[in-house]
Amino acid sequence: MAEQQTLLAAHEVAKHFGGVKALHDVSLTIHRGEIYGLIGPNGAGKTTFFNCLTGLYRNESGHFLFDGVRLEADAPHKAAEVGIARTFQNIRLFGNMTALENVMVGRHLRTRAGVFGAISRNSATRGEEAAIARRADELLHYVGIQERAHDYARHLSYGDQRRLEIARALATEPKLLALDEPAAGMNGTETEALRVLVEGIRRDGVTVLLIEHDVKLVMGLCDRVAVLDYGEKICEDVPAVVQKDPRVIEAYLGG
Amino acid sequence: MNGPSTKRPYWRQHWLGLLLVVGVLLAVPFVAALGGQAWVRIANFAILYVFLALGLNIVVGYAGLLDLGYVAFYAVGAYCYALLASPHFGIHLPFWVILPCGAALACLFGVLLGAPTLKLRGDYLAIVTLGFGEIIRIFMNNLNAPINITNGAQGITLIDPVRIGDFSFARTSTFFGISISGPQKYYFLLVALAVLVIVVNIRLQNSRIGRAWQAIREDEVAAKACGINTRNIKLLAFAMGASFGGIAGGVFAAMQGFVSPESFSLMESITILAMVVLGGMGHIPGVILGAILLTGLPEALRYGIEPLQQAVFGRMIIDPESLRMLVFGLALVLVMRFRPAGLWPSSLRRRELAEATD
Repeated sequence: MAEQQTLLAAHEVAKHFGGVKALHDVSLTIHRGEIYGLIGPNGAGKTTFFNCLTGLYRNESGHFLFDGVRLEADAPHKAAEVGIARTFQNIRLFGNMTALENVMVGRHLRTRAGVFGAISRNSATRGEEAAIARRADELLHYVGIQERAHDYARHLSYGDQRRLEIARALATEPKLLALDEPAAGMNGTETEALRVLVEGIRRDGVTVLLIEHDVKLVMGLCDRVAVLDYGEKICEDVPAVVQKDPRVIEAYLGG
Repeated sequence: MNGPSTKRPYWRQHWLGLLLVVGVLLAVPFVAALGGQAWVRIANFAILYVFLALGLNIVVGYAGLLDLGYVAFYAVGAYCYALLASPHFGIHLPFWVILPCGAALACLFGVLLGAPTLKLRGDYLAIVTLGFGEIIRIFMNNLNAPINITNGAQGITLIDPVRIGDFSFARTSTFFGISISGPQKYYFLLVALAVLVIVVNIRLQNSRIGRAWQAIREDEVAAKACGINTRNIKLLAFAMGASFGGIAGGVFAAMQGFVSPESFSLMESITILAMVVLGGMGHIPGVILGAILLTGLPEALRYGIEPLQQAVFGRMIIDPESLRMLVFGLALVLVMRFRPAGLWPSSLRRRELAEATD
């Protein structure tokens, strides 16, 4: 792919917990419209990278440039506002809210109604509420769980919960969707359906950052892949090259 | 508009029940008056506490923030009214000017308390708010020197009653041949305010803000990742709860004609919180029930225990006041043991608790 535009650039991001270096000056660049994979053995710092990116952790040094704007550390809602949405490795839904309500919460950022609107229930607020519900319903259709709209999130099956988390993330109108191990615990059919969904999301103009253990899924889906090992980026390239890189093979098989 | 929000209005589905409620609400002050004006005052306090408990419900029930110093905002509202409508400073503003002032001032205090502390969670927040409640009370107690602002422990007396033009809430007047006493007038004022706070509660619950509160309660990290500015949204709950406390305080001051720091003890905060928890956090009918029970029962005990002991034992064995606290404590323990989600919980809260114990 030619003439690529940078969406996200990480510059020497470092994060340590006490003496443990979770991330060691990681730099990487994600282009607009690609599916970018982030892989690595357990404890390599993939999720830490995600948490720094989405403002849940404060990185000690380095910074992120997103769409040309420098991200503020430690401000998750601002990361969401500029257009980074994420899912969690251990699913974090609002369990006692319905699937529809979960997605409606995702619309919070792009809607305005305040206390006075809520209390007076003026026509603007009612219109906005209807639009929120409509959009949430569309997104449930989009990820294919519309028939579960009025079930409580915690009653959904594992695969459906993953899908719901994606729908909720998409509700924030992201430019970059960061998925943290979306295929974990899924069977072959579910993984295949997920692959189709992620490709659809990219086709609809959202850049995808994917952390995944399922190497087959990553290699089949991603345009480019970065490999983390002990908090360091050891390789970044197209899947075919990454697969043959001796350092990657070493990281996965050796020591 | 074909969204899921278009359904028949609530009042049209439940018109019979609502008619019944209106009938009972209209009858209460007159029935209570048969037992003396004291019972009307008790009914008034019950409604005042319904108002307070529903204000606190926004903070505790919706946003899930444990506030043990709610009475501070009540005190701010009460003192605001007392200082602006009494001979203490010789200022006599009308109540409809002071009540919003009291609400705004309490709201300001809510923000002042909340802004630095809302990063704290659970127990830590509870301790800070508890401290805040005590600070306000101690301030009220000691702000009589060097400049006498609050008149210290003696409190402020001769506070103006609510008055609209020549129509005073302190006197008995006659409408269409029906005589309505002062406390009965306050009753209707309080019911109107209670209806207001109920509407606010209901509408907030099913709104963008209400969903954000629930999301924070369910999973704060996920709520942040969804783009909710959790600090501001929590602050909003705090400020709203505080404003309602301020309004309640103003009405309390006008109704009593007297305020002193004694009325705003920690016990008061705990009682209001108990109303919310006992009734069913986040569930409006539950909170109303809790407030009415916890105001009504102690009074009933006060009047019932003495004759009961006289009849059974022929003399007083236990002082009614201490027995009241005993029964109150026992009731709390029993409810928490057998109905941990409250006497009349919302189905949602039942689920949350069921999940927590799974």
